[in-house]
Amino acid sequence: MRRLLAVLGLALLVLVPWLPLGPARLYILHVLILILIWAFVGTAWSLMGRFGLVSLGHGAFLGLGAYTTTLLWNFWGISPWITTPLAAAVAVLLALILGYPCFRFRVVGHYFALVTLALGEVIRLLIIAERDWTGGSLGLTLKDAGAFNLAAIQFADKRMFYLIALVVWLAGLWVWRRVDRSITRSALEAIGEDETAAASVGIPVTRFKLKITLLSAGLTAVGGVLYAQYMTYLNPGTLAGIGVSLQIVFAVVLGGMYTLLGPTVGTALTIALAEYLRVAFGVKLLGMAETIYGLALILIIIFLPAGLYGGLKELVLRRAPAPRAGTVGVRS
Amino acid sequence: MDPILIAEAAINGILLGGVLALLALGLNLIFGVVDIVWIAYVELVMLGMYAVYWLVTAWAWPVWLAGVAAVALVAVIGILVHLLIISPILSSPPVNQLLATGGLLFFIQSFATFLWATDHRSLRLTLPILEVFGMFLSFARLLAFAVSLLAMLGLYLFLTRTYMGTAIRAVSQDREAMALMGVDTRTVYLVTSGIGGAMAGLAGALLIIQYSVHPYFGTAFGPLTFMICVLGGLGNMIGAVVASLLMSEVISIGGIITSTEMAYVVAFVIFIVAMFVRPEGILGRRE
Repeated sequence: MRRLLAVLGLALLVLVPWLPLGPARLYILHVLILILIWAFVGTAWSLMGRFGLVSLGHGAFLGLGAYTTTLLWNFWGISPWITTPLAAAVAVLLALILGYPCFRFRVVGHYFALVTLALGEVIRLLIIAERDWTGGSLGLTLKDAGAFNLAAIQFADKRMFYLIALVVWLAGLWVWRRVDRSITRSALEAIGEDETAAASVGIPVTRFKLKITLLSAGLTAVGGVLYAQYMTYLNPGTLAGIGVSLQIVFAVVLGGMYTLLGPTVGTALTIALAEYLRVAFGVKLLGMAETIYGLALILIIIFLPAGLYGGLKELVLRRAPAPRAGTVGVRS
Repeated sequence: MDPILIAEAAINGILLGGVLALLALGLNLIFGVVDIVWIAYVELVMLGMYAVYWLVTAWAWPVWLAGVAAVALVAVIGILVHLLIISPILSSPPVNQLLATGGLLFFIQSFATFLWATDHRSLRLTLPILEVFGMFLSFARLLAFAVSLLAMLGLYLFLTRTYMGTAIRAVSQDREAMALMGVDTRTVYLVTSGIGGAMAGLAGALLIIQYSVHPYFGTAFGPLTFMICVLGGLGNMIGAVVASLLMSEVISIGGIITSTEMAYVVAFVIFIVAMFVRPEGILGRRE
């Protein structure tokens, strides 16, 4: 039954671009693509976040990925098919350089959050400082390669991007599920509960934490590449630094990070809310949309601490005793 | 590079360090007592700057009086932040706490944009510039530095010489034990948030005489303030002062040697490395 529902839902998702969506078709498609891309990034973030590794610097990996492929394409015309693995590798390397000492020296909790926050700012400031070839804070435009160029991953038709984003998002969910069903998850949960106790029963704490961090960083970089390919414009303010890092975390916590679809639901809600407010207020009341957005976020965090999707799911599954949110509805 | 320029930058660094130390102390106090990082702390400074700006330009108050009013106003805002946002989530997971104050950051920034647009507003005071040994020092910065020092001295005396101050320090050492000892942690939290707010308001009043204010003022100083606060070590006032001087020197001298952005990059990298080597703060003692 669950399987059938999943297949039906998936078929519907694939068919969305060809449904009669009315005059706002392109806009709806655009919002859906954004949701898929950011849901993928949120899922990648939640791989770490659910084990208490709260990173406020995922913008660093996002920006690094996006700028790597875009710069290599703009300067040397190297296809993003080749440079995307490279971009992920660069992000993984950065995560290794930061993560290894972090975990080795037991930087946890607030301190880990602040160290990653510093990392996000470092990457943002480096992009701005190297303005001669990154465009600085003015941003960078992806060199145009025509209306349909498979080698450059540039398509004028939004439907192509929709399908690509869908595949990437599904791959992200698949990875999440793989981790969820692996020994890594049990180990990391134990580490998240009590690091010293976990180490004392022989769990290699540093190695497990590093593994999940590298995975999360690499996936996030891929998300950055996808975003850059779709938007064809990069800006250090929107792709690196605190702002975007916080927004990723917001969406995930809002949806609930302990469930497969939590990050996706949270992302869909935050983007839908932001877009609705933007359309409702337009350019009339500058800042009003973001004000309401910020207020809504505070209220949700205070009144729905387990996240929207997570909270609902917990309500539905209350009969099955769930000792920790992390175990809800996984092995059913 | 002209040594005079470097010396001037070094002195300006010390002067900026005074105000940064004030902020780091306020944040440090809140972080130490309530155990929550106010991501939106520097946004309160921005509100203090706007308060002085409007009181002086629209209502023609004298600057010093507007400054006093800003301190009181932001202290009240600090208390409100604690009552409305922090106290409901005191026992939530740390992510939620970070995010609630992060939401506050979005809220204050965008509400300021909505109310006052993104214009850069400056008081345009004509304060004298002093010339010492061929270096030009702004009087506004000297004043800000002196007032910061006085405020820090006042905070030190308050924390060490008064009953409330002692209670605050005790709570920051052991939250549960103090509650068991009959200390009313609620009042301690409120007083701490009020003092934290007052420090932010004072910093705002001292910054508006040097810089122009805009809704995104906090994005430049915010991350830096958290880093100084942690770098100094929790509950370590001298550490906070040393850390602010270190960071502001790096930014001030680095800024004239390379660019402002690179100077900040260096400062943040120093912070990251320091967290690996001395997570208890540069002057902290290992347990």
